[in-house]
Amino acid sequence: MSTATATETAPTTAGAPVVPEEIQSFTVTLIIRRYNPEVDDEPHWDDFDVQMYPTDRVLDALHKIKWEQDGSLSFRRSCAHGICGSDAMRINGRNRLACKTLIKDLDITKPVYVEAIKGLPLEKDLIVDMEPFFESFRAVQPFLVANSAPADGKERIQTVAQRERFDDTTKCILCAACTSSCPVFWTDGQYFGPAAIVNAHRFIFDSRDDNAAVRLDILNDKEGVWRCRTTFNCTEACPRGIQVTQAISEVKQAMLRGTL
Amino acid sequence: MTSTIEAPRSPYSRAPRSRGVNWEKWGWIYMRVSGVVLVVLIFGHLFVNLMVGEGVSALNFAFVAGKLTTPFWMVWDVLMLWLALIHGGNGMRTLVNDYATQRLTRGILKSAILAAVVILIVLGTLVVFTFDPCPAGSPADLLPSFCPAS
Repeated sequence: MSTATATETAPTTAGAPVVPEEIQSFTVTLIIRRYNPEVDDEPHWDDFDVQMYPTDRVLDALHKIKWEQDGSLSFRRSCAHGICGSDAMRINGRNRLACKTLIKDLDITKPVYVEAIKGLPLEKDLIVDMEPFFESFRAVQPFLVANSAPADGKERIQTVAQRERFDDTTKCILCAACTSSCPVFWTDGQYFGPAAIVNAHRFIFDSRDDNAAVRLDILNDKEGVWRCRTTFNCTEACPRGIQVTQAISEVKQAMLRGTL
Repeated sequence: MTSTIEAPRSPYSRAPRSRGVNWEKWGWIYMRVSGVVLVVLIFGHLFVNLMVGEGVSALNFAFVAGKLTTPFWMVWDVLMLWLALIHGGNGMRTLVNDYATQRLTRGILKSAILAAVVILIVLGTLVVFTFDPCPAGSPADLLPSFCPAS
């Protein structure tokens, strides 16, 4: 489509239409950590060659493999546009959303390593059991708790500044990229993990919410915020650019000061 | 017709919380506070020992012995000893908690760290407060030159 438009509007020299340069495609090798619980005892690495364009994403490569080469390859994806949080995976050792990682941003002279996120039970290929992750999420009461009726019986008004206070942590899509990049979470699944703390932060600092003290008490636990070592893995991993480590520090500060 | 709606959330499946002193929290605060104090103590220590006066060339047994007779430096050194050892020991403990997966390994490593910290604190404190450069009754040839007996 865009090629046709480019041809029509392209300037011509000596009357001859300039043929737009063909977009170069290249072969990318993906090495994927496979695991089929019905057949394999241990996960193993499989490699696939796919023809890709620079503007393609890792998710497109996975699709090509699944649709054209090996239909048994299993991975999660829903919206494929970076908002549902289904396709977090470890790409070249870093937690990324496959649908937001462009092939051109990777070093394709070397194979691209793709594996499931770490620290959660592996179910098949790139799919993990997210239940421990969501259990921590549920434990921080990630919902509005308001004990009073709103003024005028209508809505709870918030100033721009009050809304701004927790804006960053509203962006979380629960993809688990942060929690599964956290070295503390890798060895101790009891740790709440960055995502749960981010979602607690979202309500702790919400002026409409009345349950901040309860959430702070839940996180003021042996396995709560104090296990955070500020390694910034979570901030680095977050596909939404949330300042996760800063949010955790703000929760710590709120606990120490006893005020929000 | 009535129907039962199941509880929307699974019951809280974490281990019950232990009441009492929140050691993780106080450990975290201790690391921050002792870290700030240690920066002052250690750089002060290095400055006085290595830069002031004749600098590093003045460092010898007599220099250290002299410092350890001054109450100010005794307090300084003991503070540094306690704060640094507990700070380091607590740091090692968190490393063990993070990286040792077996309960037994964790126990052994943490006991070893605790033993090392306690022994070093006791010995170090003893040295600072009981240090005598010229112990009475020692053979004169073993005593430093500034002692009256030698």
